[in-house]
Formats: sequence, C-alpha cells, structure tokens
Amino acid sequence: MTILVWIEQNNGEAVSSCWEVLGKAQELAAQLGTSASALVVGDAIDVIAQEAAGYGAAVYTASSPALARYRLQPYAAVVEQALDASGATAFLTNATLRGGSLAATIACARGGGIAANASDLRVDGGQLIATRSIYSGNILADITFNSSLAVASVRPRSFSMPATGAGGGSIQALPVALDEASIREKITDFRAADTGEVSLTDAKIIVSGGRGVAADPEKGFALVGELADVLGAAMGASRAAVDAGYIPYKHQVGQTGKTVKPDLYIAAGISGAIQHLAGMGNSKVIVAINKDPDAPIFAKASFGIVDDLFTVLPALTEEFKKRLG
Amino acid sequence: MKIAVLIKQTPDTAELPKISAAEAQSGDINVTMVINPWDEYAAEEAIDLADRFDADSVAISLGPDGEIDALKHALAMGVGEAVLVDESIVSSGDKWATDELATAEALAEAVKAQGDVELVLTGKMSVDGNSGVIYAGVACKLGWDLLVNVTKIVDIADGIITVEQAFEGGHESVAVPLPVVISVAKEINDPRFPSFMGIRKASRANIPTLGAGDLPVAASQTVTWSNLRKPEERKGSVQIFDGATVQEKAAKLVDALLEEKVI
Ligand SMILES: Cc1cc2nc3c(=O)[nH]c(=O)nc-3n(C[C@H](O)[C@H](O)[C@H](O)COP(=O)(O)OP(=O)(O)OC[C@H]3O[C@@H](n4cnc5c(N)ncnc54)[C@H](O)[C@@H]3O)c2cc1C
Ligand SMILES: Nc1ncnc2c1ncn2[C@@H]1O[C@H](COP(=O)(O)O)[C@@H](O)[C@H]1O
Repeated sequence: MTILVWIEQNNGEAVSSCWEVLGKAQELAAQLGTSASALVVGDAIDVIAQEAAGYGAAVYTASSPALARYRLQPYAAVVEQALDASGATAFLTNATLRGGSLAATIACARGGGIAANASDLRVDGGQLIATRSIYSGNILADITFNSSLAVASVRPRSFSMPATGAGGGSIQALPVALDEASIREKITDFRAADTGEVSLTDAKIIVSGGRGVAADPEKGFALVGELADVLGAAMGASRAAVDAGYIPYKHQVGQTGKTVKPDLYIAAGISGAIQHLAGMGNSKVIVAINKDPDAPIFAKASFGIVDDLFTVLPALTEEFKKRLG
Repeated sequence: MKIAVLIKQTPDTAELPKISAAEAQSGDINVTMVINPWDEYAAEEAIDLADRFDADSVAISLGPDGEIDALKHALAMGVGEAVLVDESIVSSGDKWATDELATAEALAEAVKAQGDVELVLTGKMSVDGNSGVIYAGVACKLGWDLLVNVTKIVDIADGIITVEQAFEGGHESVAVPLPVVISVAKEINDPRFPSFMGIRKASRANIPTLGAGDLPVAASQTVTWSNLRKPEERKGSVQIFDGATVQEKAAKLVDALLEEKVI
C-alpha cells in the first residue's frame, strides 16, 4: 500500500510542481497510515531519483533509452508496472498536459476513479477526498473514490514545496523490458521552450498585458517583459492581445488559455472579462493597471493604479530595480 | 477513411458565472448552450483534413436527448454527418455517481459504430467538465494511441500521421501509425463561421440518436461527487494608489507589494 507520485522530467530536470504533489502525498500518507512513493521515468535519471529520495520518499525508477522522452504508451506501461510493484492505492500526477493525460490513461486502464485538475487533497474519516472545480472555476465539488485505485492530477501551485533534506528515501530500479520497435509513437524532432523563460503555470509572479497596449503593441509588451524580467516573472496575456498577434498563444491566460495561480498577478491593460478571470482569479494578490477606473478587473484586484500603462509599467520597473537592488 | 470529431454542447462561457450550486447539482441549468469553444478547433480541423485527404467526417456528441445545437453548428461549419449519443445510457439516474470514464466508453463505442474511423479529433477541454480526461479515456477504450495538444497536422501518408505538439517544456514533431486520437490546441487553426448555406443545410439534416440498445456500455461509478458549491467570493475591496506623478503611484504600489511579501 502506498501513494505513488509520478515525477515528470524534461531533459534531465524534474518539473517542480511534482515535488509539491509528493510533499502533499507524504502528508496524506501519514494520515492514512501508509507511505508515499515516487516514480521517476526516463534515461539517465539518477540525479532526479536522488532528489526524490532526498524528500524521504521510496523511489522507483524506470530507466531506458526508450524512455528518454515522454511518450504515453511506454510511460503508462511503466506506471502500471510500478503500481503492481508498489501495491499503490493512489496514483498522483501534476496536472500538466502530460501528467493530466497520463493520470487519465492510468485511471481508464485500471478502472480507477479520477479527480482531474484537483486543487486540494485531504483525508477525512480515513478516506481520500479531492476537491476540483467544474464550470471553469465557477463550481467546486468534492470527489470520493469507490475504486481500489484513486487517481488524481493536481494543479500546479495547489500545495507548497516540501522541505528538502528529510532524507531516508530508498531507490529501487524497476526492470525495464522495453523494445523500441514495439513503441508506435516516434519523436522526430524536439525544440525546448526558450531557455530562461519562466513557465506560466509554475510561476510565482506573472505580468500580463492586454489590448490596452494597442497604441503601440510592440513597445507595450516590451514594457511588460521588462517588468517581468526584474521580478523573475512569467509573461501572460489576454486573448485579445494574443488574437491580435501581439504575443504568441502560449502566453494566453484564461478560459481557453492557461489556468494560473501565482502569488502576484499584474494585469496591465486588461479589462477583466469573465473568461480572463476564469484563468487567474485564484491568484493570491491581483494588481490592475488600467486607464478606466470602471474596468471590471478592479472588482477582483487587491491593488490598482488608474493610469496609462505606457507610463506605469516603466515607473514600476524602475521602482522595483531600486528596491530589489 | 473517416474522421470522427467529438463535440460537446456546453454553456456559453459568458454565462458560466451565473450557474448556481443548485443548478449544477440538478443539471437543470438555465443558460444559453453552445458548441464547446475548444471543439470548434477540432471541427475545423476535421473539415480541413477531410478536404486535404479526401476523407469523410462525422461529429459525435454525448448529451441529453434532443440536445443537438452543437452538432448542428458542426454540420453548418461543414462536417459531413452527425450522431447524438443519448447520455442516459451512461447514467444510473444520479449523474454525480457517474464518471468521465463511462462517458469515454460510450463515445469510444459510438466511434466504433461509425465504421472505418481512423482518426478521432477532440477539443482540449470542455468548459463545463474541465477535465481533459475524455480523450484519454476514448483512446484507452479504443486501444489507440493518443496525442494531446496538437498544434499542427503535418501529413497523413502510408497510414502514418505526422503532427506537431506543444507541451509546457517545448514543441515536438511526432509520427504515429493510425488509428489515433488527437486533442487539438487552439494554435492549430482559425475555426470558420458557418455559412448561410451551411446553416440551411444543417437545419434540415437528420441527426440519428444512439440509445441504450445501440451501444454496449454500462454506467460505471468509480467516483462520487458531493458538496457542490460556489467558490468563496474574492473580497473585492481594491486599494487604488493615487499620487501627483506616476512615479509616486508606482512607489506606493511597490511598498504595498513588499509588505504583502509577494515579491
Ligand atoms: C469562448 C471564449 C473564450 C475566451 N477565452 C479567453 C481567455 O482564455 N482569456 C482571455 O483573456 N479572454 C478570453 N476570451 C475573451 C474575453 O471575453 C475578452 O474579450 C478578452 O479577455 C479581452 O481582452 P482585454 O482585456 O485585453 O481587452 P479589452 O476588453 O479590450 O480591454 C482592454 C483594457 O485596456 C484598458 N486600456 C486601454 N488603453 C490603456 C492604456 N494605455 N493604459 C492602461 N489601460 C488601457 C481599457 O480600459 C480596457 O479595460 C474568451 C471569449 C470567449 C467568447
Ligand atoms: N459529452 C461529450 N460528447 C462529445 N465529446 C465530448 C464530451 N465530453 C467531452 N468531449 C470531448 O472531450 C474533450 C475534453 O473534454 P473534458 O475531458 O470534459 O475536458 C472535449 O473538448 C470534447 O472534444
């Protein structure tokens, strides 16, 4: 019996939201009287396995050149193997594109119940309960599991990072009998996201721009980018900005973009349409910069400046430079 | 070859906040229903691929009996045929004791019932279900490969489909033999608006319904949903920083953010 957590990796680096999930799994395991385990899949994954063991988890590894890059079919096969080896009663992933579809595939393959995009996990009456939202964040629901395996994908930044250095973890390598010829999916090319770019879903701070930059979109997003740089923040955008081609789609926040949960979300020249709020309404602190004092974004914001973003953004960048040295 | 596209009818996103917990609980929701916005991209891609590769296309939706507006929208855009799967075949009466995997199984069976489907296209997520589970379930039940968040379908040749897909860490080019299930990203295309002719044709189309006797599926109850509720409202008392100059306003805001310890 254990709670098994998949540790997503890219190019030999763990995706940090997985540690949040592992930390939570350890907490839940203590309450359920069971243990938490981690599964690291890939090629040359020793460093990540050590890192996982450093959090005190029992680590299973599956290493093979055929597993170097994520592909659903072989990864799901390895997860099933790890579920058998560990006797897991719960399987958790981070709710990224890969984690989400891996969790769903495992749930389906094992007849397990699934809570997708869970924002909370807890134990009540000896039972695991997941909370997730439906109707794009407008309704919350609790999910309990009737199956022998409970599966959940967990939204990044739902839980805090666990402390490292607890140690005491073990590492066990699973035998991998994978034949590249039996894997149908072939990856013919790979391009990493721009290096140095902060991922929106994991970001602690996000600076976003909207149609308010229309007077000079290039300059507007350059100013958004400069503020983001000083703060080590990710860059976001409204759909209007993305549709107008000011910035690529991957930056879109909202209903049909990304769901984010930073500590600080700065919205510049964004009106605060319902579909935008659906993606960032759970941010801890929201700052609105808008010329229009009646813009709906102010109703959701903690702080605001009513002024032209073309002057406010550089002033903020300067001020932060001064204070943050 | 036939291409199936999975279409869900969902609330108009602008009306989602109006939905009360009681409405969600009963399923009797009083809002305008439209085609799930993500599924428009899948429908557009199905139409485009049908043209490019001389294939047939069929739209499949699982929903309440008679709820066919989203399917009509897909037909009006140019999808060849449409089929409704009556959702009562997967519900045991209590929809909160029915799970996504049962829906996926019913959709997978409906795909099989269409004949020589080799490609299933879906949206990235439904704006009401928000799970991103259905396409994975459909692929799993069919025993097909799954590619998610596909940004471009490069080619289909010799039974192999080549695509580009994006994930949080970058982009990949991938080749996989058919049959396959693909969820599309919004980068993939710009969905067309239905033409006047399309709308007329769709309004006259015959949309068959597949019910309990037609597909071999059973309700599964691996999860129970409870305590449906509205999230806590954000305390909306915004503090606006005034000042003689923009520098002054910025300084006050920075003070407040440092105090909140979010920097
Ligand atoms: C199905 C569907 C899905 C959608 N999904 C999304 C989504 O995922 N994400 C999303 O963002 N939207 C989404 N939308 C679109 C959404 O409804 C809005 O149209 C969009 O969010 C508006 O973007 P905006 O705030 O940048 O533009 P606008 O609403 O035009 O707002 C611009 C704001 O900038 C302010 N402004 C103008 N000039 C300046 C200046 N110089 N300085 C400061 N402020 C200035 C204006 O006062 C205004 O408030 C969706 C819509 C639909 C129908
Ligand atoms: N009831 C349904 N009928 C048809 N397709 C569906 C249905 N539910 C989900 N889908 C498809 O699966 C995708 C993901 O939905 P979801 O898993 O609910 O987020 C949607 O974009 C649709 O393409």
